[in-house]
Amino acid sequence: MGEKPIRGEQKTFMTGNEAVAWAALAAGAEIMYGYPITPQNEIMQYWTRLAPKYEKRFLQTEDELSAGFTTVGGVLAGRRAFTATAGPGNVLMQEPMSMAEAMRIPTVVIVQQRGGPSTATVIYSQQEVTLTCFGGNGEGLRVVYSTSSHQELFDYTIKAFNTAWKYRFPTFVLADGYQAKMRESLVIYDPQEKGIAMVPTEAYVGKAGAPGEDRAPAHLRNTYNIEEELVEVLEESIKEYDQMAPQITEYEEFNTENADVLLIAHGIVFRSVAMAARELTAEGLKVGYFRPITLRPFPQEELRRAAAKAKRLLVVESAYGQLLKLVKENLYGMDVPIETYLRPGVGITPEEVVTRAKTILGEEE
Amino acid sequence: MEVMPKIPKSWNLETKPHKFCPGCGHGMVLKALGQAIDELGIQDRMVFGCDIGCSLLSWDFFNVDTVQTHHGRTTPVMVGVKRANPELIVVAYMGDGGGYAIGSQHLVNAATRDDKITVLLVNNTNYAMTGGQMAPTTMPGQKTETTPYGRDVSEAGYPMMGPEMVAAISHEGAYVARGSVAKFRRLKAYIKKALENQMAGRGFSFVEALSTCPTNWRTNAQQTWAFLEDQMTKQYPPGELKTPTGKEA
Repeated sequence: MGEKPIRGEQKTFMTGNEAVAWAALAAGAEIMYGYPITPQNEIMQYWTRLAPKYEKRFLQTEDELSAGFTTVGGVLAGRRAFTATAGPGNVLMQEPMSMAEAMRIPTVVIVQQRGGPSTATVIYSQQEVTLTCFGGNGEGLRVVYSTSSHQELFDYTIKAFNTAWKYRFPTFVLADGYQAKMRESLVIYDPQEKGIAMVPTEAYVGKAGAPGEDRAPAHLRNTYNIEEELVEVLEESIKEYDQMAPQITEYEEFNTENADVLLIAHGIVFRSVAMAARELTAEGLKVGYFRPITLRPFPQEELRRAAAKAKRLLVVESAYGQLLKLVKENLYGMDVPIETYLRPGVGITPEEVVTRAKTILGEEE
Repeated sequence: MEVMPKIPKSWNLETKPHKFCPGCGHGMVLKALGQAIDELGIQDRMVFGCDIGCSLLSWDFFNVDTVQTHHGRTTPVMVGVKRANPELIVVAYMGDGGGYAIGSQHLVNAATRDDKITVLLVNNTNYAMTGGQMAPTTMPGQKTETTPYGRDVSEAGYPMMGPEMVAAISHEGAYVARGSVAKFRRLKAYIKKALENQMAGRGFSFVEALSTCPTNWRTNAQQTWAFLEDQMTKQYPPGELKTPTGKEA
């Protein structure tokens, strides 16, 4: 293999798409399969410029079905393989990722959300939460990290490969068009130098030795003849998913003690929410926030603990209730009131959050 | 006297007798493939991908690393495997529905990109696993569950000429042929040449195998054979369409 792409810590100023390409390189990704769709194109564009220098490969496929299924093939061959998509491409991506889910194939997919439904906008949204968490004809046995900055895009892209290969569930890094296209400063680094060991990969097919003589042949399938056969496999996967969940769920919180309003947001909207919470706190108001970083699995206990101490919640998202649905499901049985600020496919500023929070606080008085 | 045909060494005997219907051609195609694998000595560096439909029943057919994929998606999975590890010899095994309908974009693009893989497609003129609906390869006038009065080409379109299409869009080093389970030795020679083409890294290789489906055709042995030999071969002429190394004698 060629030299390491990154030495030491380097402070850089780049787009989120470029940060993803560098992160995949730093993580030792060996091959990317991709299909053009805005706003994720530059991931492929940076990868194809960088990859040959480090003996990495790329294949531009005929559609996202193929991008997903070739990624599945690359992983089966034992490579750290990944793809990236958005919007309608993410819809098509769900078919291959349901195969990955069924067969515990550690694929990594970067999603840069764009407006929906349908073609909508190429710009931005948080409308692919439900799709990314629960897409496919299955149970949502996948890991979804929602990033809020370029540093996180870099960090969590590296982490996604390790989570995928350690637990063998398809893993998604869920960002958006703002994060994809905006330039921001971040520190890029080689994970090994930071003490982050990359989980080794392993071939599912084409292993050493003669199948049927030296070793059993790999016979991998996702089709079952009878219900009991299927449920046995699913129960095992669900058990392993539930065991994994507490080890990988991540969240952030602030001022959750006796908040009059607890703001809840994820992804880039969280940044507006965090700014708003600090501003309101400085004004002497009791406002905190809770941010799930893993949307699948969801930090349920942590949210319930924070919500139990709050007078009311305010869910803020650039979608019409997709995070809200997750929040409600995870708070089932609690009686804390939930207010919302839902702006499907539109960005949300700290000022808007401040105004909405103040209105709610005013209503309360 | 030698008993013919031999059971290939690469077959997984634990799963024999196989799961295909009596009179189905899949067993013959897989026997030809098995013998080709044996003769080329590639059992330990082969990956066999099978599609959805009757072809999925071959998921544990060989003592060869095998992955059963989704309907139409075996081609991209095998492209992904081959691109990630070019040392492996990969076969994408599918039916006419998987290759010519739901997965046709993958076939077209893998052929155009000249992916160094082998696609082996079984043409039995219908969607057999789902109960005998019209396929892209259903013959004009042929009755199926979704063309109960016979395939009317003015309504339901014409049969897909797969190898002819692949031959037209593929490149110089590609190998393209149409064989038939009625001509076993020839079919095996085609499959072997397709695999050799991949091993030599010359280009894309594609073999369509004309096959039988007495269950859905509702034919007895004689009628089955007659449909294959007399009618299918008229619509779908067997032979080699693209041969970088010269035609079979």
